[in-house]
Amino acid sequence: MAIMTTIGIWVAAFFTLCIFSFLYKDNPFYKFAEQVFVGLSAAYWLVYIIYSIMIPNLFAKLSSDFSGNLILLIPAALGVMMLMRIHPKTEWISRYPISIMIGTTAGISMLRYMKSDILQQVTATMINPFASGSVPVIIGNLLLIIGTICGVYFFYFSKKQEGISKWPSKVGIWFLMVSFGATFGYTVMARISLLIGRLEFLLGDWLHIIK
Amino acid sequence: MKKSLPLIFAFLVGFVVLLSEFIPHRPFNQIVSTLEGWFMIISGFAILLGQISLIRMNTYKIIHKVPNWQYNLAGLISFALMLSFGLLWGMRETPGILGHGEGITAWLGLKPFDYLFENAYLPLSATLFSLLAFFIASAAYRAFIIRGLESNLLMITAIIVIIGRTSIGTMLTGWLPESLSFWHIPNLADYIMEFPNTAAQRAILISAGLGIVGSSLRIILGIERTYLGGGK
Repeated sequence: MAIMTTIGIWVAAFFTLCIFSFLYKDNPFYKFAEQVFVGLSAAYWLVYIIYSIMIPNLFAKLSSDFSGNLILLIPAALGVMMLMRIHPKTEWISRYPISIMIGTTAGISMLRYMKSDILQQVTATMINPFASGSVPVIIGNLLLIIGTICGVYFFYFSKKQEGISKWPSKVGIWFLMVSFGATFGYTVMARISLLIGRLEFLLGDWLHIIK
Repeated sequence: MKKSLPLIFAFLVGFVVLLSEFIPHRPFNQIVSTLEGWFMIISGFAILLGQISLIRMNTYKIIHKVPNWQYNLAGLISFALMLSFGLLWGMRETPGILGHGEGITAWLGLKPFDYLFENAYLPLSATLFSLLAFFIASAAYRAFIIRGLESNLLMITAIIVIIGRTSIGTMLTGWLPESLSFWHIPNLADYIMEFPNTAAQRAILISAGLGIVGSSLRIILGIERTYLGGGK
């Protein structure tokens, strides 16, 4: 077991260095590691779907009580119809399961987004900005209201925004830029944290230079 | 008929899901939960379809020996290896076709699938994403710096957030008196996240939500039908 753990660490170190080699330039080691990642990733998600969705929701129910779960043959058949997309001549058959999936998604998304992303967000913006005694919070609340209204106005593309009506849109862009900057900062931090993790692995677990 | 029947199906299921929100009683709530269950099963097959497509594409490249076909072979072998390990001995607590594989698990320290996951998949994905740390910073610097008010706003905010979330931020402005604590960089970063960032995120959520509601209505009513293929 110990030898296999060591081999595992060496394999991990090899793949880590293969990917880092791209910092110099594109090379065969990087291409190899990239393709291995694609293969492993595809297989991982397939196995995950088989064990967490297909078996408990379909195969286990059908094998334990086939007659009681006959209705499950419908999604199973629709799933097989989905696979017909592979061949150009039978591609049209896949339209039926796709239409059911799209219809269900449309209905569910419409309700979910109407509640969580529209009504709840609008409600949360309808605040009394002067309720707090602190000046920074009052300014912040005003920024929150103005930013939300101007940001939504920026996304209104049905009419050309010119003259006086372009100003709310411009303010909206400023708020969006601040938000993108914050998101960008967080993304950089997350990536740096991953990088530190990999360096810790190379210098600690692999080379034992750091404890 | 090949197109109109799927459109009717999409309308019916979408309409029933919408109706269930207004009539949350039998049989509508049952129909919706059944449809959600079906959705999961069909999406499982859809993922299988994607994997079959991946295998076909790689096999084609290998058979026709297109340039760099060796890498496709490596991808296909790693796919087959991970898939067969998962199917034969399962993953984590889930048994596979051959059960839990106690013997091989004792030898490897983990199940073969989990061994590959820990020692190949995880390092590869973490390193690939960490690689972006280098490119994201240099690309952003070239794209945004001193191009105008908007790009400067973006960069300044990013710098405040990055510095504010590290110990250097605390160190740089830690000497400020209590009365000026608002300008302490970590506090400034918190303020940006709490107010201007929330305002913009709300605007994005509301606008995207409106867009999704519109698109969903178009799909249910059969106006949007590009998902069926073949344009209008």
